Amino acid sequence: MDEQKKHRVLIGKPGLDGHDRGAKFIARALRDAGFEVVYTGIRRTPEEIAAAAVQEDVSAVGLSSLSGAHLRLFPAVVEALRNAGAGDIPVLGGGVIPDEDVKLLRDAGISELFTPGTPVEQIIAAFRKACEAQEAGRR
Amino acid sequence: MTSEEIIKGLRDRDPRRIARAISLVEENDPLADEILSSLDDSLIDAAMVLGITGPPGAGKSTLTDRIIANYRLQDKRVGVIAIDPSSPVSGGAILGDRIRMMGHALDNDVVVRSMAARGRLGGLCAAAGAAVRILAGSGCSVIIIETVGVGQSEMDIIRLADITALVLAPGLGDDIQAMKAGLLEVADLLIVNKADCAGTDTLAMDMESIVRGGTGMDMNRAKVFKTVASEGKGIEELLAAIESVDSSHRKTGERRLRRDRAYDLEVLDWALEMIRPSLIEKIRKGVHDRKGAPRLQAAKLLEQR
Repeated sequence: MDEQKKHRVLIGKPGLDGHDRGAKFIARALRDAGFEVVYTGIRRTPEEIAAAAVQEDVSAVGLSSLSGAHLRLFPAVVEALRNAGAGDIPVLGGGVIPDEDVKLLRDAGISELFTPGTPVEQIIAAFRKACEAQEAGRR
Repeated sequence: MTSEEIIKGLRDRDPRRIARAISLVEENDPLADEILSSLDDSLIDAAMVLGITGPPGAGKSTLTDRIIANYRLQDKRVGVIAIDPSSPVSGGAILGDRIRMMGHALDNDVVVRSMAARGRLGGLCAAAGAAVRILAGSGCSVIIIETVGVGQSEMDIIRLADITALVLAPGLGDDIQAMKAGLLEVADLLIVNKADCAGTDTLAMDMESIVRGGTGMDMNRAKVFKTVASEGKGIEELLAAIESVDSSHRKTGERRLRRDRAYDLEVLDWALEMIRPSLIEKIRKGVHDRKGAPRLQAAKLLEQR
């Protein structure tokens, strides 16, 4: 009977990478953890993802990339959000990301990165923390 | 964000503020009062609210996408409220209706909002009704509510619409049998989507025969529209029919009647939403000893108010 506040997040895949198994897995895991997950599907531009995140008033954006284009695409989403006046929405990313890229992406404003083998509980906890921080900053 | 900022944002059609306003009413935030009472009633009266319902997989979102595209050609600003079910186990939801509408993602005059049904007894109607008002108040002249038409709360939502279209598709099987009872009665327009697939004519004839049996129906209801939404086929005829139903409803007073009914429904739903938290609080605090019939406990609970 607990009616706790629901966290809204968006999961998207920027770029031409059509491998959405990881994105869908995370979307389902978040749903099962009680999140409301807006799923935008594959092959989105960073601008489309940002516009959808704004319209849906999500507290966090999760990106998946398995094709190696993360260094360009993840920061592009961060920038698109900023341009849309939504730079306060945190961006989390996951996929096949080499260790040496993790620091570069963090420096570019991606708040959390998940490489293959990260336990799903850790990912859910990171999304929850990111949502709570974003929601606390709204007022 | 203050309520003044949000109210100004609605007038300026600022996407972020519109989105925030909808969240605040959905969460039953104290600011919701100010936001909702600031809206221009004449815009709400003038907007056309179109309900699109049907079983999962019938192509509602794709059809909605095409309808949006057509209204955009007429330079109308379009709002969409896409409702998906919540998991009854976790309370979470995957809201995927947007996938089919991403072609409009960069169009500022298409405002798409996904909403989870949240499996609640009530509140969905209140939240969706308020979202319709916010979208109308921020300049949307056409507002589409898209929902799976199963379950009481989903049926109630469809009653918020001025005009309702029921979308079916061949080959979906038994879902359709179950839906025929309730939804055919509230639908103004019947659509067989995926009309390039086998079984279309049988399904269309089936629907026609059911509808013809009824009484006092609009002429449009005697016709079943065939669309192939993925290819944009049949959309223009459908839009023409929507317009004709709308103007006939305006003439006969049916539109007013439905608006009044929807208004009452929203008031009831809001009232229940407002009582709910205090009731939950009382039950949680253990005001009762879990003895006897729950109905008697409920009566006691209400007396205490």
